[in-house]
Amino acid sequence: MKKSMLIDNSKCIGCRACQAACKQWNQLPAEKTEFTGTYENPPRFSPITWTKIAFREYEQNGKLSWTFTKLGCVHCTDAACIKVCPANAISHTEYGTVVIDEKRCIGCNYCAANCTFNVIGFDQAANVARKCTFCYDRIAAGMIPACAKTCPTGAITYGDRSEIMALAERRLAEVKKNGHPNADIYGVEELDGLAMMYLLKDGKENAEVKYGLPEKPRIRTAAHIWDLVFKPVRAAVVLAMVFALWINKSESAKEKTS
Amino acid sequence: MTNHWIDYKNSDVFMNIGGNTAENHPISMKWIEKARQERGAKLIVVDPRISRTAAVADLHVPIRPGTNIAYLGGLINYILENELYQKEYVRHYTDAPFLVNEDFTFDEETGLFSGVQDDPARNAKKYDRSTWSYQKDAAGNIRQDPEMQNPQCVLQIMKQFYAQYTLDKVSKITGCDPALLEESYKLYASTGQPDKAGNILYAMGITQFTHGSQNVRAVAMVQLLLGNMGIPGGGVNAQRGQSNVQGSTDMATLYHIIPGYLGAPKAALHPTLADYIEKETPATSWWANKPKYLVSMLKAFWGDHATVENDFCYDYLPKLDHRDHSHIGMYKYMGEGEVKGLICWADNPAVTGPSAGHKREYQTKLEWLVSVDIFENETAAFWKAPGMNPAEIETEVFLLPATAAYEREGTKANSGRWIQWQWQAQNPPGECKADLQIVYELFKKVQEKYADGSGAFPDPIVKANWNYGKDEDPAQVDIVKVCLEINGYNTSTGAPVTNFVGLQDDGTTACGNWLFSGYYNNLDNPACKSRIKEKEGIGSNLGWAFAWPLNRRIVYNRCSADPEGNPWNPELQVFWWDEEGKLVKNLDIPDWPGAWSFEEVAQFPFIMLPIGRGRLFSDAVNDGPLPAHFEPAESPVPNLLYPKATFNPVSQRWYDNYAAVGDSNYPYIMTTYRITEHYQSGALTRNIPWLNEMMPELFVEIDEELAESLGIKNGDLVRIESKRLVHNGEQGGIEAKACVTNRIKPMIINGEKKHIVGMPFHWGFMGMAKGAVTNDLIPSVGDANTTIPEFKAFLCNIRKVV
Repeated sequence: MKKSMLIDNSKCIGCRACQAACKQWNQLPAEKTEFTGTYENPPRFSPITWTKIAFREYEQNGKLSWTFTKLGCVHCTDAACIKVCPANAISHTEYGTVVIDEKRCIGCNYCAANCTFNVIGFDQAANVARKCTFCYDRIAAGMIPACAKTCPTGAITYGDRSEIMALAERRLAEVKKNGHPNADIYGVEELDGLAMMYLLKDGKENAEVKYGLPEKPRIRTAAHIWDLVFKPVRAAVVLAMVFALWINKSESAKEKTS
Repeated sequence: MTNHWIDYKNSDVFMNIGGNTAENHPISMKWIEKARQERGAKLIVVDPRISRTAAVADLHVPIRPGTNIAYLGGLINYILENELYQKEYVRHYTDAPFLVNEDFTFDEETGLFSGVQDDPARNAKKYDRSTWSYQKDAAGNIRQDPEMQNPQCVLQIMKQFYAQYTLDKVSKITGCDPALLEESYKLYASTGQPDKAGNILYAMGITQFTHGSQNVRAVAMVQLLLGNMGIPGGGVNAQRGQSNVQGSTDMATLYHIIPGYLGAPKAALHPTLADYIEKETPATSWWANKPKYLVSMLKAFWGDHATVENDFCYDYLPKLDHRDHSHIGMYKYMGEGEVKGLICWADNPAVTGPSAGHKREYQTKLEWLVSVDIFENETAAFWKAPGMNPAEIETEVFLLPATAAYEREGTKANSGRWIQWQWQAQNPPGECKADLQIVYELFKKVQEKYADGSGAFPDPIVKANWNYGKDEDPAQVDIVKVCLEINGYNTSTGAPVTNFVGLQDDGTTACGNWLFSGYYNNLDNPACKSRIKEKEGIGSNLGWAFAWPLNRRIVYNRCSADPEGNPWNPELQVFWWDEEGKLVKNLDIPDWPGAWSFEEVAQFPFIMLPIGRGRLFSDAVNDGPLPAHFEPAESPVPNLLYPKATFNPVSQRWYDNYAAVGDSNYPYIMTTYRITEHYQSGALTRNIPWLNEMMPELFVEIDEELAESLGIKNGDLVRIESKRLVHNGEQGGIEAKACVTNRIKPMIINGEKKHIVGMPFHWGFMGMAKGAVTNDLIPSVGDANTTIPEFKAFLCNIRKVV
């Protein structure tokens, strides 16, 4: 059964309980940060920061808006990371979400470099890519994701994809009526659907400025080329790399023993 | 709160004034969003800057810090001028028709009411309140005009008093655009319709002023005029900034009360129990029961030693002397060497007190200091503060390691007065102990020390009832015994009393806090541990925990229906009566004595007040029967309403380090606040890396225009100065990062542009994330009634650090 979350930024108060809950559940350490003039922190995604709230200020009808939007992996149906991964380490789960298999990850960093949303962190020490798992461990155990569980206002709702789609439509009608006529849903058409859907209170136009989301998310050309040209020979490439690594390792071992 | 958090779902319009509900009470937004989603409710946020609450509001109304009474006075004027008040409600349930004493006057030049006197000891004014009264006929009944047309009736007096608070004048004072003011007034006044509920939610942005009590009065008056008291979705709702600060206030953490909001006895006024009872017990209202609550409390304190013959040990109860025992007063005496020792229990005044830097200096005069906390906070480590020389400080400091919330069991009373049991989740580390265990052991030791009779006055200590040890292990406190005592019990059988209705003034009952009575009256299944969710209803959830008093969720709830018993809003009906006036169904606990007739109940719906009605005109406050606009102690402009007045004349002038009106050395208006990511002094949260990651450093929010004129860029280090930081004629300052933003904008005050800046106050010199102490900037000056310090509006200067 496909699962989804709706991030309703008309209800988000920027409290960042989701940000803390994500770190707590996934046992991710804190980053060393500094105050740079915005409430938003850490400045970018990393192997130890999988979700964060974007704080954006912009003028809307002559009034200043300060908007809070939960960012992180949106779990694309047409996912660049899956396309470019040479090791088949990234895949869709039975819930329609996207996960990285750390055991298979070879640390090439292509996924992070090609991610449409720039939300994959690369752990150089462990040589693996890391990102939001949609709390795969929790949902597999029948629980809801940590961020949705902790949200005090109901700005994050988790459920079956069909339920979440219906909720999004319902909320869209309400929000449009209650002072946000341009509100829109993000994540139905985008990249064939995102498991992390958004209700954007001021519409999709200038989404980058307003929410930190690409207005028209696209898979980069390089990723397409990689997918079309190199994917057929991916298995051979990976085998070659593994072979090379094995040779390298055995050579090193020999050097050590001698 | 008169209402409660879940009841927010019943509101039609919210006015969040002097509060930041999204940042400091995030869960409140669940219910506000529910009301918006299901009822189309609107949220007005009155705040100098765009906070996270203002960001999600339907209407943001920026006003200059410290001008709430001007804003609310303007609202009162708008309501009265346009006759938008709920007439039947006002006529029957408030004092609006009552005639005021002919000798009552107000001088619009000086801003002074009749009865003014000099108070040289406090370097301020005080009032003889005898003219702040109602006219009475020969039989002693209050004279009234039900049509509310008599010029001496409260409604007409108010109308005249607030006529000056025009949109133009309020705009000049507050700096808010008149059209926006009017839009907000119109929207909020729409709740004067009988079937609409308006909810005013506030916090320290209303209370922390030299006129804080009058701010609250103004809020209450608006709610009375619009018929928003005692109804679902209405209320005067103080949102508490800490999970159990309601409980600690109920238990008398403040110096002027003893448990259950009984006034603290004063040595001069109340030398004997008879004096206290005679002077403090009104003839009418529920407070006529006060002697029962006091005597039962004395029985709880001194047990069998408390007898009729010795006035139940009333002499043992400490009395207030001539000194001011508020926070500001206590520290002043400490600075003058009068205080030998200090116990700071989960308190960090070296960060949170006004003029905190001075407070740290005063602490050097202490012989000893005990800090009970989960970390070594700035108060305990004051001798390590920047600029301190530990070699010169003699104070001996003791640290008693305490527990975090989930490492102990006990109750918390939330803002809605719900007393909820919280179970222990895990054992504390090392030698950390629950607060209750610490106080239990501490006082046992004190009793031991006094047991030989050598102390100056050992009886109150050695005779105190302190039998809380577990039967199987007396060294460990038994929390159930404490709960039973707070709840109240029969002194001969030891059985818990059902509730405070059963309390007596003859020594047959003991009760630690009458208001809590009923929360633990069943030892097997106490109400505070009950967890039954309401299936249908108005959100009262009567089976979930216990709300004081008597499990009542909305106080003064008789006002939810008209005098005939018809609900103002049929969709939110609370009570149903039959034709004989007998109550047949209720969705909340009725707020009236069971023995009263239907007619009596409708006549006196405000049972805690002697007149039985809500008071628009009150003699219960020190600084005037009607709230008048006064500037904060430090202001850039004179008082535009009362030309000879400046700040609250009744507020004590403690020190002479306040900037004069319009002092050019301090041209900017500062306000201070909290942010979601940190909590109070940060003693807890600055030791949590995840929170430090989000909010790592102290910052000051500056508008773009001011930043440009000072050459300050976003993220630059800046220095903030106030008059408190002048040492030996030299101006000192504190440093913070600049947050340059359009969320805070310059305002035009009486034709002149003024800049507002704002800072959170969570940082200090201890913990994992360090920063300057914002409160070093704050003046030690407080409200004329409560002495709560004026943290929310003062003057400062800002410069770029080069």
